[in-house]
Amino acid sequence: MTSRTPPAGLIFALPALLWVGLFFLVPVLIMVGYSLHPLDQSGAPGPLSLADYTAFFAEPAYVQALINSVITTLIVVAISTCLAYPFAWCIACIVPKKYQRLALLAAILPFWTSYVVRSYAWLLALSPVGAVNKALLALHLIGHPLMFAYNPQATEFGFIHFFLMLNTLTIYASLTQINPRYELAARDLGASAWRSFVTITLPLSIPGVAVGAFLTIVLCIGDYVTPQILGGFRELLLPQLIMMQIQRQLDLPMASAMSLLLTVLVALAYVALQRWLRMARL
Amino acid sequence: MRAPSSDLFSKGCTAVAAAVLMTAALSLPAHAAGTLNVLTWCDHEDPSLLQPFEAADDVKVNFKDIGSTADALAILGQSKPGDWDVIVLDETDTGRLERMGLLAPLHKADYPFSTIPAAIANPKLTSVDGTLYTVPEKFGYNTVAFNTTAVPGSAMANIQAPWDPKYKGRVAVYDYYVPEIQYAALALGLNPDKITPADFPALKAKLLALKANAAMVGDVTTVQQALTTGAVDILVGGGEWVTAGIQADSPNLTYTIPAQGGIRWQQGLGIFAASKNKPLGVKFIQYILSPEGQAKLATSSCYWGMPANTQAALTPAQKADLRWDNQPSYIRHSFPYIQMTPTLDKQLQALWAEVMQGK
Repeated sequence: MTSRTPPAGLIFALPALLWVGLFFLVPVLIMVGYSLHPLDQSGAPGPLSLADYTAFFAEPAYVQALINSVITTLIVVAISTCLAYPFAWCIACIVPKKYQRLALLAAILPFWTSYVVRSYAWLLALSPVGAVNKALLALHLIGHPLMFAYNPQATEFGFIHFFLMLNTLTIYASLTQINPRYELAARDLGASAWRSFVTITLPLSIPGVAVGAFLTIVLCIGDYVTPQILGGFRELLLPQLIMMQIQRQLDLPMASAMSLLLTVLVALAYVALQRWLRMARL
Repeated sequence: MRAPSSDLFSKGCTAVAAAVLMTAALSLPAHAAGTLNVLTWCDHEDPSLLQPFEAADDVKVNFKDIGSTADALAILGQSKPGDWDVIVLDETDTGRLERMGLLAPLHKADYPFSTIPAAIANPKLTSVDGTLYTVPEKFGYNTVAFNTTAVPGSAMANIQAPWDPKYKGRVAVYDYYVPEIQYAALALGLNPDKITPADFPALKAKLLALKANAAMVGDVTTVQQALTTGAVDILVGGGEWVTAGIQADSPNLTYTIPAQGGIRWQQGLGIFAASKNKPLGVKFIQYILSPEGQAKLATSSCYWGMPANTQAALTPAQKADLRWDNQPSYIRHSFPYIQMTPTLDKQLQALWAEVMQGK
């Protein structure tokens, strides 16, 4: 008689699988269910239908919100990564070891403030009567206040400030894991500092860049607070549109359909970055 | 490395279970005897408003803050029938909630309708098929608030002023699409009570022109902040709810109703059909509609607004801040929120989204 026992790996993975099942898969399935029962005339869920999905793609303003969300996220990922990399590299490679913790602490200091408060603080700084305009006026660099706030660029600025720090941490973690002997060996063999960076440090730090980029995509594409406070409704992002469905009409089916579209975008981003990571390891 | 002991594990489980139970308990209404469970807006939450009622009737008001009727529906969806007794609502939603079978009929004689202006007591907002379902308690305007040091009041008497290129970049627009679309309808010379899809192209063009002249469109907090800090001088959709409560600190901020008219918001109180506490609910509404309750509600720390009952015990200074003497004229020149159907609501929301996406 043979007894069948589950593999040890499965037993150890069970808590994590249960967690993901309960707090990710089940909610997603509930959202799928909601999205397939659009509200009828009385405001009650109607029969099974894809009407909310077709209504979404039939309304150009809604599709534009999706496009705006993607473009904003890509801009934020690109700029915050480009700014975070040299910052993280300086902390990891130039700042003496004993001061690195202090430098990292300085980098994450803005995280100690609430996200909403930080967005309002930026609004106060960037508004036409804010500190930035006042300083420029006092220095006679401008003749009248400039519109730094209440536009998509202000939204992107708020995002970049937040995600710059996040990317710095992930890239720093990746850089510190690289064995310094690789670069020393390259330099011994005659490679210039730039060549050893491009051929050794940069490729080996790509996982940190990819993790930072993915976290930025996840958090940025679904964010409602920053565009609401800093964006001035110059253009709508998809999370704002989702809130419009809920705040006034409690149209959960349409809000679910829109949210699932966001989830699909995040899944696509994961697939793209996963593939890239694998290529980087080759 | 130390493995976690079973004692630690059981303590951890107990702590998690306790946290879950506490969270669940906090999100549910209280059921103690003499407790009234109210879904309410922030202006009903001042202890100074609730304590006299609680003391007089030896009851506890257990309130849950909501921002809209949709919030209330979301909470009701997670509650048992009878969990909640009273609701504060935008009276344009009276019919919507009645059609869902959520509201109990009320007796007009229980409330001081004789001292509520006829336009505010309008059955279109409070009743369905001749039966009263909500009692008006507070109202105000979505017209134009402005900074008198930067903009002359005479200019603001014309509804077209926020479209004037002279004020480009000095205008903020409140982001609630219902009054804003109705306000644009007024500016176009349309009847804001009778907006149809045929009016949408003209409304879209008018709103796009307003957006092009504006510095920003924003929610309550953002537009209030913009006006009070001087980032903008004009707030389209503003009213006494922005300016009256801060007159002491910002006497330069005021509001007006243009000659062409304005839009009027109105909130009311209803009792849930499934409430097991209807008599106490009636007493609560009577208290809120009393002169004392009305004065405190009108000058709430959250936002000010006109009391529905003209007998509200307000001081002369408070009446001046609320433009008390102008009310008969203001009410005559203003239109209540449009009677909404789910279809019209979706259409207006899509129109607003198109405006927000437009250049």
